[in-house]
Amino acid sequence: MTPGSTPGAPGVVVVTGVGRYLGAHVAARLAADPRIERVIGVDAPEPGAEFTDLLDRVERIRVDPGSLGGLLADLEVDAVVHLALVSAPDQQHGGRSAMKDQNVIGTMQLLAACQRAPRLRKLVVRSSTAAYGVSFRDPAVFTEETEPREVPRGGFGRDILDVEGYVRGFRRRRADVTATVLRFAPFIGSTADTTLTRYFAQPFVPTVFGRDPRLQFLHFDDALEVLHRSIVEDHPGTYNVAGPGVLSLSQAIRRAGRVAVPVLEPGLSGAAALARSMGFGGYGLDQVDLFVHGRVVDTTRLEQEYGFTPRSTAAAFDDFIRAHHGGVVLSRGQLAAAEQLVLDGIRQVRAAVRERTL
Amino acid sequence: MPDRPGDQWDRRVANGLAFLRRRLAGDYEVDEFGFDPELTDAVFHPLLRLLYRDWFRTEVSGVEHVPVDGPALVVGNHSGTVALDALILSAALHDKHPAHRYLRLLGADLVFRMPVVSEIARKTGGTVACNPDAERLLGGGDLVGVFPEGFKGIGKLYADRYKLQRFGRGGFVSAALRTGTPIVPVAIVGGEEIYPMLADIKPLARLLKLPYFPVTPTFPWLGPLGMVPLPSKWLIEFCPPIPTAHLTDSADDPLVVFNLADQVRETIQQTLHSLLERRPDPFGP
Repeated sequence: MTPGSTPGAPGVVVVTGVGRYLGAHVAARLAADPRIERVIGVDAPEPGAEFTDLLDRVERIRVDPGSLGGLLADLEVDAVVHLALVSAPDQQHGGRSAMKDQNVIGTMQLLAACQRAPRLRKLVVRSSTAAYGVSFRDPAVFTEETEPREVPRGGFGRDILDVEGYVRGFRRRRADVTATVLRFAPFIGSTADTTLTRYFAQPFVPTVFGRDPRLQFLHFDDALEVLHRSIVEDHPGTYNVAGPGVLSLSQAIRRAGRVAVPVLEPGLSGAAALARSMGFGGYGLDQVDLFVHGRVVDTTRLEQEYGFTPRSTAAAFDDFIRAHHGGVVLSRGQLAAAEQLVLDGIRQVRAAVRERTL
Repeated sequence: MPDRPGDQWDRRVANGLAFLRRRLAGDYEVDEFGFDPELTDAVFHPLLRLLYRDWFRTEVSGVEHVPVDGPALVVGNHSGTVALDALILSAALHDKHPAHRYLRLLGADLVFRMPVVSEIARKTGGTVACNPDAERLLGGGDLVGVFPEGFKGIGKLYADRYKLQRFGRGGFVSAALRTGTPIVPVAIVGGEEIYPMLADIKPLARLLKLPYFPVTPTFPWLGPLGMVPLPSKWLIEFCPPIPTAHLTDSADDPLVVFNLADQVRETIQQTLHSLLERRPDPFGP
């Protein structure tokens, strides 16, 4: 520990994935925290200029995770926040194989580097509730102890299982490091731009026929809060991070004033084609599985350990709706007006009938 | 001013429109299992009420054995080729019970594999029969309904009617023991006659990946008309609760679990016999 530093808060923090939305915001928030001396953002070599304003107080290093090797030791790093995970393949940047390279090989190399960093005492890894896999025999609510019954079909889900496996190995080998794994529900919020927010922003939203999955969202600001607390406080273990409560997909679509278009669920081979027609590009099976099975997690452990409750799934979704009122097909106002119109109509007809009979 | 019939209809129309608006705007709550009480009350229970009250002329006794608040595990006999008895039980219990409690049913995973059916099951308060879900519901003070015979119960032939099948591993008992929940056995008479299964075409069942393929006097001969249940007379009796709070430590003791499962099974079997004596004609008034 750096002499004189606040207990719990690390001196030098490395954040991976600062070239992306989540990483940039986490790094910026850490840099603004006076308890932390130095924030170093690590990113893939290709430059992305989007977040330069946000990152003006963050030192940036552009290296491959593979060449991170002795760097963590040389920089005397106290804490590593690993956020460089890709949830959907980017066809312009290598597609699925590049995604797997970054998620699985990238995590492996980062953890190897962490293992050789003598001063390291904290590791925070972004995971996902996709770690629970998908099966029709799954319990309705996953606690952190639930083991996946079936390996997911989707690439991201499989990557997440691998990533968590590597973290388990790291915990065994470096028991002195406080390792925190955060299983995040899908992010949503007024500013976040994710596959799921783009999906709900369409006026006509495709769904799987005969399935109305239970969904949970996490407000992006709450994700930042939990990540920040994980770094400046000590919370070893694995935590589900989601907004309490549940929205069914049909309910979410109606609240957003969109119209659901049920699509027949094809067999396994057709699933990818369905995903493409749903506008997910190569995202595919992860999303189809979510829309067939749904996913709800228990957040009791997070609330007890962090003393923090994220805003509810419904509140987080409301915040998203307020920011994306553009594509509304059927608004609450219109529904209320239609209701009033019918009631008035009945009253007028009734009055006319009464007048005639009198 | 006295209530004219017109006012009553106005109110009904207004209520109906308000319900429609709330549904279309998504202004309702579902719990973490997907249970939608508003939809259950407004759509599913009225349909089931027609069925259990008018079609099956169901008589319910012993409702006082179901606690007014707090958790209880309701364990019943399963019958009838399709699991209609579970739905009838939940609707009748909700109507007859002084606290109008909802019965949260535990269903086989086959139910949750099927599109549409799985969503109806979840919206009416059902979930997959597994210990984590059962214990979570009981821990939250809910009333949970379970049919330990499973497909062995509903898929048995008409010749074996009202003979309780094996109770499996007694997972329901361990769930009750772990949460210290009382077990309320319930005997249901009438379910066996709605689709009397005369034969089971096993090769066809295997082909369709179903646990059995039923042949009844009307199905599959009459096609969709064969799906209409025969109007048998139903009797439902809730038995006195079996407390388990003193056995919480024995939840993984197989001896305690099997003994308790046997006790529940015996209670249901004996109650079935006495109910059958009260009902000499299966299709009586």
